[in-house]
Amino acid sequence: MDEIKSQQVTFKLFRFNQETDYIPYYNTYVLDITHEEVILDVLNRIKWDHDGSLSYRRSCRHGICGICSIKVNGKAILACKSRLFDLIEVFGTELTIEPLSTKRALKDLIIDKEDFWNKHEQVTPFLVSDIDENPTLETLVVPDDAEKLLEADYCIQCGACHYSCPALEINDRFIGPAAFAAAFRFAADVRDDASLERLHVVNEEAEGVWDCVKCMECAEACPKDVNPIEKITKLHNMIFQAGIAKNNVATRHAVGFAHSIEKHGLLDEGELVRYSEGNIGVLKHMPEAFEMWKNGKIVLPWNMPKSKNLDEVKKLIQSSSTVKF
Amino acid sequence: MEKLRYALYTGCTARESTPELLKSTLAVAEKLGIELVLLDEASCCGASHLQDYDDFLSLVLNARNICYAEKLGLTMVTICNTCQLNTAMTKHRLDTNPQLKAKVNVKLAEVGLEYKGTSEVTHFLYAIIQDYGLENLSKKVNVPLSQFNIAPFYGCHNIRPSELQNLSNGGENPYNPTSLDDLIIACGGNNVDYDAKNKCCGFHAELQSPRTAAVLTGNALSGAMDANADWMVTPCPLCHLKLDVQYHSASKAIGRDVKLPVLHMPQMVGLALGCTPAELGLQHHVTKVNFV
Ligand code: SF4
Ligand code: SF4
Ligand code: SF4
Ligand code: SF4
Ligand code: FES
Repeated sequence: MDEIKSQQVTFKLFRFNQETDYIPYYNTYVLDITHEEVILDVLNRIKWDHDGSLSYRRSCRHGICGICSIKVNGKAILACKSRLFDLIEVFGTELTIEPLSTKRALKDLIIDKEDFWNKHEQVTPFLVSDIDENPTLETLVVPDDAEKLLEADYCIQCGACHYSCPALEINDRFIGPAAFAAAFRFAADVRDDASLERLHVVNEEAEGVWDCVKCMECAEACPKDVNPIEKITKLHNMIFQAGIAKNNVATRHAVGFAHSIEKHGLLDEGELVRYSEGNIGVLKHMPEAFEMWKNGKIVLPWNMPKSKNLDEVKKLIQSSSTVKF
Repeated sequence: MEKLRYALYTGCTARESTPELLKSTLAVAEKLGIELVLLDEASCCGASHLQDYDDFLSLVLNARNICYAEKLGLTMVTICNTCQLNTAMTKHRLDTNPQLKAKVNVKLAEVGLEYKGTSEVTHFLYAIIQDYGLENLSKKVNVPLSQFNIAPFYGCHNIRPSELQNLSNGGENPYNPTSLDDLIIACGGNNVDYDAKNKCCGFHAELQSPRTAAVLTGNALSGAMDANADWMVTPCPLCHLKLDVQYHSASKAIGRDVKLPVLHMPQMVGLALGCTPAELGLQHHVTKVNFV
């Protein structure tokens, strides 16, 4: 049997009761923990041995129900899955335990996840299919088609990605990574009949995929390797493939890259902004552009650098393009 | 030490709106005796926006770029986080998926190229830390930056997703990265800690979601200011453009005047190695570098 290793850790624990407290406070506990313990063990010990009023959620204890997600030193984790020794390796022996979203705290580590479920509802997170209610054969999905879901169906709706997303934190209309992953999961399912409607939902300005800042926080936060940002990229691709991309600053920004690369190999940064914003929209960038020009940061069209062997790039763009706008 | 040689993928930004990045990279390489062979054939990496439009095309173009490093038999170094992400992502996808690699190679054959997967792709920051070594670097520091409090700004695309980035960044943890802090210390400076150092600057949504982008930039600048930073340093020219140029919109968005000089990673190293401001292109900044 392996020897039990132990270590002293200081825990700062977020406490708040919406019904009685104006502001949250933190309790500090210094505990000896062993290499076998996960965060949930510590929460249980604090509740059982120190303060029975501590509130948190847990159910399956197997990383399946998704209810125990919280943050430790800002990192979203499943309390029942995250080993303390792994966290100590990253953060040292002072750990701050907080709810996924402090501003949504109801009691201690329990939050109101209403916004999370509302976002899910927005993307119709179930199969829409006109099926025979008394089928004689099952509906088969061949392995190749099942693989198209890219494991998006592994989501346990824990909210770790959703409450780590900076775009959502600032813009509460943004649908967010978990619901996007769900939108992809059903839009990519061969049995589904509502793909196009779903693509329209995630194509909306301010709400849809275009407002993602591409920070990759969601991919990092997910305990199930759902990789939401990969699905968001797929949704972008599907929007173009379905021919429903609107002609706006976001889509022109994406398409503009192809134009620019075809012409120069490199990106013509000024032209990309003009093409994306249009001749009028571009004017709002003029004060900054002037500052940049003054400091030698703007390359004028006749000095635009080009890649060597540009003919190769042009040829590849001709032969390898898979979409049209 | 054996002379270090790399193929340098400049990306577009270093040849256009941040000429000081290319200049300072070459100056630092020269001081350290690192040979950088410019990949002039390379095209834009697509910055994750071409990837949104046409994923396959972006793979073909990025694979072509890597081919030119392979031809030289050299590791490719990048000087932009987003170039690093998209190039390394292409490499990873092709190296782990033989069918996809074959499909891409059919296209590349049309221009007489073949992607093999023989060149590594790493950001110059990590090449300096892992290959050159921080100890060796400290020995070359002749103008220690000891009078400065310096705020590291890591930029998302060097640290996340860690599964991909850890292949080249020495296992940096995205929730508590240390490389840039270590580099500041090796240059004799004082690294300051603040919450936003590993967060996003918002660059990629600037056109379509200006408020989101501006708040993120504002949070980064104000966090660094509250931590008493004299200036910031970043390995990514896109973060740099956002933090250096966009302080007006950032200040407006968060309701506080925020502004700090922001140096590119090689500019900081260059200062510590005794390069002149002109050699590092410090005159190209919009937020003036007022301390040298
Ligand atoms: S990559 Fe996009 S969706 Fe994912 S966390 Fe960042 S902003 Fe949110
Ligand atoms: S995608 Fe991952 S992190 Fe997000 S809710 Fe689903 S399981 Fe949790
Ligand atoms: S990320 Fe930016 S700098 Fe790098 S190649 Fe792409 S467009 Fe150019
Ligand atoms: S920090 Fe800014 S520039 Fe850097 S990767 Fe994130 S969005 Fe892009
Ligand atoms: S208790 Fe169910 S996932 Fe942790």
